[in-house]
Amino acid sequence: MTVTRRDFLATAGILTVAFSLPLPAAGQATNRFDDVDAWIRIDGRGDVTVFCGKAELGTGVSTALAQMVAEELDVQLERVHLVLADTALCPDQLPTYGSLSITRAGPELRRAAAEARFALLDLASIKMGTPAEKLKTGDGAVVTATGQTLSYGDLVRESRLHRVVRKDVPLKQPNDFKVIGRSRSRVDIPAKVHGTHAYVHNHVVEGMIHGRVCRSPVPGAKPVHIDDTALKTIAGKPRVYTKGAFVGVVAETEIAAIRAAAALKVEWQGGQTLGSPDEIRRRLLDTPAKEIALINTQAQSPAPAASAKTVEAEYLVPFQMHASIGPSCALAHVTSEGATVWSGTQSSFLTRDSLATMLGLPADRVRLIWMEASGCYGHNGADDCTADAALLSQLSGKPVRVQWMRHDEHAHEPKGVAMVMRARASATPDGQIVDWEYETWSPSHSARPFAAAAGNLLAGAELGMQKNYAVVGADYNMEPSYVLPRSKVTLHLVQQPQLRVSPLRGLGSVQNLFAIESLMDELAFSVDQDPIEFRLRHLKDERSKAVLRAVARLSNWKGKPREGKTLYGQGVGFIHYNNHGAYVAAVVDVLIDKESGAVSVERVSVAHDCGLVVNPDGLRNQIEGNTIQAISRALLERVSFEPGGVTSLDWSSYPILRFSQVPKEIAIELVDRPDQPALGAGEQTTCAVVPAVANAIFNASGARLREIPFSAERVLAAMPRRN
Amino acid sequence: MTKRIKVNGQQHEVSSDSDTPLLYVLRDELGLHGPKFGCGLAQCGACTVHYAGEATRSCVLPVGTVEEEVTTVEGLGSAAKPHPLQEAFISEQAAQCGYCINGMLMTAAALLKKVPNPTESQIREALDNNLCRCGTHMRIIKAVKRAAGGVK
Repeated sequence: MTVTRRDFLATAGILTVAFSLPLPAAGQATNRFDDVDAWIRIDGRGDVTVFCGKAELGTGVSTALAQMVAEELDVQLERVHLVLADTALCPDQLPTYGSLSITRAGPELRRAAAEARFALLDLASIKMGTPAEKLKTGDGAVVTATGQTLSYGDLVRESRLHRVVRKDVPLKQPNDFKVIGRSRSRVDIPAKVHGTHAYVHNHVVEGMIHGRVCRSPVPGAKPVHIDDTALKTIAGKPRVYTKGAFVGVVAETEIAAIRAAAALKVEWQGGQTLGSPDEIRRRLLDTPAKEIALINTQAQSPAPAASAKTVEAEYLVPFQMHASIGPSCALAHVTSEGATVWSGTQSSFLTRDSLATMLGLPADRVRLIWMEASGCYGHNGADDCTADAALLSQLSGKPVRVQWMRHDEHAHEPKGVAMVMRARASATPDGQIVDWEYETWSPSHSARPFAAAAGNLLAGAELGMQKNYAVVGADYNMEPSYVLPRSKVTLHLVQQPQLRVSPLRGLGSVQNLFAIESLMDELAFSVDQDPIEFRLRHLKDERSKAVLRAVARLSNWKGKPREGKTLYGQGVGFIHYNNHGAYVAAVVDVLIDKESGAVSVERVSVAHDCGLVVNPDGLRNQIEGNTIQAISRALLERVSFEPGGVTSLDWSSYPILRFSQVPKEIAIELVDRPDQPALGAGEQTTCAVVPAVANAIFNASGARLREIPFSAERVLAAMPRRN
Repeated sequence: MTKRIKVNGQQHEVSSDSDTPLLYVLRDELGLHGPKFGCGLAQCGACTVHYAGEATRSCVLPVGTVEEEVTTVEGLGSAAKPHPLQEAFISEQAAQCGYCINGMLMTAAALLKKVPNPTESQIREALDNNLCRCGTHMRIIKAVKRAAGGVK
């Protein structure tokens, strides 16, 4: 609470650029700093500091965003320094989600940088007595026609200028790009490999103590008896704090806090039983749901003729985890005056607001300083852990660092959503789809906290605060990207999830496209059509067709199984993210052991069109990561639980893909469209790869798997008997 | 109670009790934040250090049993004087969130000491108990090959 944005800017450099942007969709706007949405500072040395509301989740966006600034400002990339998602310093550019950082925040920063460059040209024009039109910029300096240069640092040292960014400020054209579209080494990687990167886990605050939480395995339980006898023998002055149903410990050292949390005996009463994974389907279908008709064009054309081939199928995806390698960590220093918290959250501003509600402080007295955490792939335990640290700091009166233990993260991170999808579709014998009925059963995918929903934080719920889940994610990619004459698409929005859930990479697109892309394959097979050709004939959009054709080339697509010692097959999956985002087509080559049913993914080919590409190698890294995570989710992942709690509490009970299991090759073709807007690339490949794995298994073995994960036992059981 | 341990070539006097896993001593007493807490169960590898030259999970190694020298990623190399693996990881851009990378580097460094020119399957086998959730595996394999002196 010692630095305010005003203080910072007062002491900051000389050229500051403010800019106004269209507000986000209604209901999404939070703290917009009086409509001034982002700032750039250039100091006397010519270094550029950018205040950005987005966080770096390990995807490399901080490098790509810096490239965009460097491009528009004509400075070396090394000169650009980003301050990310600090609520006291940065504009609220909404949470870092939805593959929107490059798409939305990128153009905002480009405009600010472009305006700053024009401001510098104007300054130089006055100083040199030369019209601005006759001046150019390059490498952090203004250059005259005769080659005289004036560095940005020198320009801002002697002058002062505030300037509001024009909405239509001219941006560089793709032909002039020197930094955008070129692979640049990520700015964060050197410190990450030298062990010096500033993760929140490494942050130390003077006088801090360590905290751990003791949480009921099921939500809603109350602690009825707490026995802390065993704590008396633990050095490090452990102390128990309770409030409502929240139970935590603090101690002088981390190991003491860990030992105290393990030694504390808490008797819980009540709470919600979780049921079991075997009940997922029944509960989804039986729980009260709101029926939402997304499409119904059945009245517009006749029902299919009797000669049509009809496929009817039901698909199921279980609960899955974000499964971050580093359990969530946060620090907080809460006083009666205000609070400072250090957090790896995706949503600095929403989380700050919810913490303020939970702590009983005005939001403007709470500063959330974002620091990088372990990759999250969506809404993991980061916010909950931040609330735990804040509450323990408030209760103990000291700065507190909390890192969740492995079992805390596995048990209590909000899970990726379990969903049921049911489809019935018909095609003519010559391969034209004539009817399409599709239904999804899913709760909302969001438990993100916000000001009026401090109960969305685990600690907030334990204090009895209001829960309020925004409705998002279940309908992602439910509307088919294919051109269909007659269709009915219905969402059954389930009101109460079996486990607490929140966005996991791709949200409902993963589940819906597992179903839809499997169904397309089943239909193609029923009418003896090549799966890629079958898709192409039902697509109108050229960019969709282009990625499918590209992946066919890249994968040497045959779509024909081969039987040998092991079974070999290829499968395809396609996404046009929510019919307005990136286009991705994937082909997966699998080998299946005939005796065991074990599947190994040998090769993955991905054709990817996300419009403008800023950092091609950074994008490839994302695509590779999505691919491997998708194979893991398809083959291995399912959260185990019983009525009394989650039982996947470590890496042996929730395996993820290992080095011995990753493909031999991931081949990628980037369809670069520098004249098109960037569409985002954080999660789309996952959604194409999951169904491609299912379709490859079918192609290789005849086993049609409609439930994730595709374990060896399931593959073996579903394989047609062979002689 | 104090104990002397040798870390990255330097002797340190540490005060944690003997049952404390080495990881907390390194991170909390010595301020060496390269090794990370991932699971506390020796399952993920984020905490890997070299102990007596072997890749060892510091989250389950009681400091009281530490007699030999410990090397952390900070001792493996630095920005000023990087280990060939660190250079190779940068060249191959072999990190995303980077939380697991300490363990990848330390495990691979121990492998290269024993097997200077490993095959791809030896690399995969050596790293099989190091988990990465971002899916950086392909680049990590390439980086280890690069550091070992070329693709096989």
